[in-house]
Amino acid sequence: MARAARVTRNFYRDSVALMQLSARLLALPGVRQASAVMASANNLALLREAGMLEDDVAAGPNDLLVAIDGDDQAVTAALAEADRALNEEPSPGPAGGRQPTRPRSLEMGLEAVPGADLALISTPGDYAAVEAMKALRLGLHVMLFSDNVPAAAEIALKRYAAARDLLVMGPDCGTAIIAGVPLGFANVVRRGDIGLVAASGTGLQQVTCLIDRAGGGITQAIGTGGHDLSSEVGGITMLQGLTALAKDPRTRVIVLISKPPAPEVAARVLDLARAAGKPVVVNFIGADPFLIGSLGLTAARTLEDAAVLAVAAASGRAPEPVRAELRDVPPPAAGQRYVRGLYSGGTFCYEATLLLAEVLAEVHSNTPVGGAQPLADVWRSQGHTLVDLGDDVFTRGRPHPMIDPRLRLERLAAEARDPATAVVLLDIVLGYGAHPDPAGVIAPAIAAAIAAAAAAGRRLAVVGFVCGTEADPQNLVRQEATLRDAGMILTRSNAEAARLAARIAASAGG
Amino acid sequence: MRLFEQELQVLNVGLPAFADAITAAGGKATQIDWAPPAGGDRAAGQQLARLINDPRIEEANRAAFAVYLAAQPVLEGIAPAREAVPGMDGRILLHAGPPVAWERMCGPMQGAVVGAILFEGWAADREAARRLAASGEVAFAPCHHHGAVGPMAGVIAPSMPVWIVRDAAGDRRCFSNLNEGLGKVLRFGANGPEVIARLRWMAGPLRRVMAATLRAAGGIELKPLMAQALHMGDEVHNRNAAATSLLLRRLLAPMLRSGADHGELAEVADFIATNDHFFLNLSMAACKTMLDAARAVPGSTMVTAMARNGVDFGIQLSGTGDRWFTAPAPVVDGLFFPGYSTADAAPDLGDSAITETAGVGGFAMAAAPAIVNFVGGTPDDAIANTEAMTHITLGRNNGFTLPAMHFAGTPAGIDARKVVDRGLLPVINTGIAHRDAGIGQIGAGITHAPLDCFVQAVLALAATLPEE
Repeated sequence: MARAARVTRNFYRDSVALMQLSARLLALPGVRQASAVMASANNLALLREAGMLEDDVAAGPNDLLVAIDGDDQAVTAALAEADRALNEEPSPGPAGGRQPTRPRSLEMGLEAVPGADLALISTPGDYAAVEAMKALRLGLHVMLFSDNVPAAAEIALKRYAAARDLLVMGPDCGTAIIAGVPLGFANVVRRGDIGLVAASGTGLQQVTCLIDRAGGGITQAIGTGGHDLSSEVGGITMLQGLTALAKDPRTRVIVLISKPPAPEVAARVLDLARAAGKPVVVNFIGADPFLIGSLGLTAARTLEDAAVLAVAAASGRAPEPVRAELRDVPPPAAGQRYVRGLYSGGTFCYEATLLLAEVLAEVHSNTPVGGAQPLADVWRSQGHTLVDLGDDVFTRGRPHPMIDPRLRLERLAAEARDPATAVVLLDIVLGYGAHPDPAGVIAPAIAAAIAAAAAAGRRLAVVGFVCGTEADPQNLVRQEATLRDAGMILTRSNAEAARLAARIAASAGG
Repeated sequence: MRLFEQELQVLNVGLPAFADAITAAGGKATQIDWAPPAGGDRAAGQQLARLINDPRIEEANRAAFAVYLAAQPVLEGIAPAREAVPGMDGRILLHAGPPVAWERMCGPMQGAVVGAILFEGWAADREAARRLAASGEVAFAPCHHHGAVGPMAGVIAPSMPVWIVRDAAGDRRCFSNLNEGLGKVLRFGANGPEVIARLRWMAGPLRRVMAATLRAAGGIELKPLMAQALHMGDEVHNRNAAATSLLLRRLLAPMLRSGADHGELAEVADFIATNDHFFLNLSMAACKTMLDAARAVPGSTMVTAMARNGVDFGIQLSGTGDRWFTAPAPVVDGLFFPGYSTADAAPDLGDSAITETAGVGGFAMAAAPAIVNFVGGTPDDAIANTEAMTHITLGRNNGFTLPAMHFAGTPAGIDARKVVDRGLLPVINTGIAHRDAGIGQIGAGITHAPLDCFVQAVLALAATLPEE
């Protein structure tokens, strides 16, 4: 062991720099104690107390003292390292200089971007309502993608917002298009003169895509979230959206989409729609169209009808007839009797279930509507079965089927093995937020399912549609080509696919 | 609706893919670096949301910040605490931080209390002093409750001299004890004969010389002196060499004119000149004066004090008056003198965080190149720390400018709402005391005020405001 001290005369370093040097020397192997200090009387006393210094060191306050205690070699090495450190060139700082602190809250974001007008919130539901309230207090409109927001919180947010002419789209609002910007799970659709307010995310996607496909375009697509038209919430957002679109000079036609609202809410919405001063197409999916028509509004039976009627109203031309002819689909083999719908979009499942239950008996679903029955076991099909794989029972602990296709692929293979399956119905959703190549993932499974059925002497029809546009990142045309090549029978819309499936099933022999 | 008319600018909280999609589609989106506010405390988060952009709070904060800015601390004099500080009659000792009973005090504070009792002559030896401290016959109170501040243990006894700092913009006086220098000193809990002897010298010759000097000098404006020191490499918390030099320069002629005994005068000059931190206590008293001006504005979320007693870290808000909101004091991670490590460190201690509360110290880190070695080593790192503090403060103090930041004012007036909402914690430059009494300073470093204090403070403030 050795102890050594080196004095550098009249050599000043700040004490913090010296503490850092001390730490650097102490980290060297074999060094037991290390200290670099200006040799003030006080510092010398401290070093003596620590046993690092002989009494006879001649050094004063302007002298830099390095004291080392450790193995012989280590002491020599440490003194050399100290010399090096005290004489080295400073290392240049990181290239590009310093970064400003990134915004960590909505208010801080607004300070960074003073012109911001909308907060898109997708935090866990526990925090979402609170963030939404902050956004409103800061004068921002809100799109609340998060779900699991209590009804009381939704009502409080919407009342606060409505009093300040701010929109709260959601909670549980999957999609919107505002000022041409797709928000959440949205498709890239042409701009035009049709404005929409919808309580259903996939419903809104379907109608905007079909408007785009029919050559029309949209001004705004406002989502309300699925609970907006309940009697407790009272349709606050839909009424606000409808009012805004009625005033918006670029919007010439308005489309309203929802599952059937609470009756008193429907009445308020329809009253306001009558006073809009422009054509309003209403699709309260599954509701009696008579009331809507009797009020002088245009009732659409399906999402596809809504798109077609809106484009017609905007262009002033008669609606193009919806194709409903039975394609040249050969009938299935004997014993293949049932439709099996595997949906990623809740509203698609809902609409298809209604359409099938009108014409077929024995329709089952995990989310039954119309004449459909609940499934005894959601994991196993019975009779005609339509499942919404985006429902909570399926998504617990795994991503939504629009993002993670595995569950649907497994169920597709299982349905293909079932000799009673005549038709498998599928929806393929494109757009931002969806899987980057859904057709590429499901096409091999479709081909395999058809081949497996054929090997067993059956003819399996896989029927479905792609909800998307050519401008979507996944590209509608390419996605459809991939699916067609795999043997899928493609329709334009969900309604058309459901009707085609029903006819194929009805044409089954045994 | 205006929303439809203009180019949409989105703030995205949550899934970053949504911001990417908006940008890919040609829109404008800013991703928020979000984390659950209030450390995930949902009830507090809810109350916080209620306070965001509340016009009552905005107005209260404007008022509090304006009086903070307007304050003009002037060093007016020096006197025994008993004479200058209200409520210092009898057996009372002031200490740093929020209230703490004798049994809970940290080692250095107990050591300082024993030393102060010996200094006052209330007990003959250490054992008797400890018994007296535990007996309940000595009252303990935070310095802050008496308009005072003290670094580290912050113990002020009735016979100790205190600086008297007056707010020329108001009629308030604040106080601090005098800095003893480094090594074996009371504020780190040392209480040996040499410590007591020094305290007696400070209460005698030093006080007499300074009193005469200040009479000769008239008042000394402290803000301009601090501002100048910031331009010379001090941040007036952990770096006070420039400010001490400026003060000594200012005092020199008055000292010579004061008629003080030349022998004493030379001792005093030497005492000041060999203690880089001599100015620290004045910096603290000046900061306390500015912040006390902003006290008790109903509805204000401006922080008026951050202080530590070595056990608890406490803060006070303007809108909640003298109430403390406390959390366990953190252990400071810093650089240590040879032979010491975090294991030896007392938890954060002292009233000196009043400097950060007032927008200097860690908040003015960009002014003090010497400090940067604590935070990564480059001046950019120090500037980044100061820049970060602009996001939790009400404004800038243009009386204190930062050359390295294009002479921008220091960020000042901590808004407790912003701390809780943004999860950005006030940065504090601080010395580190040994956990045992009397060993002294063992290092220095950077620490952050604990979030929980601010969460409690926001909840308490919310409770004072009726629902709109």
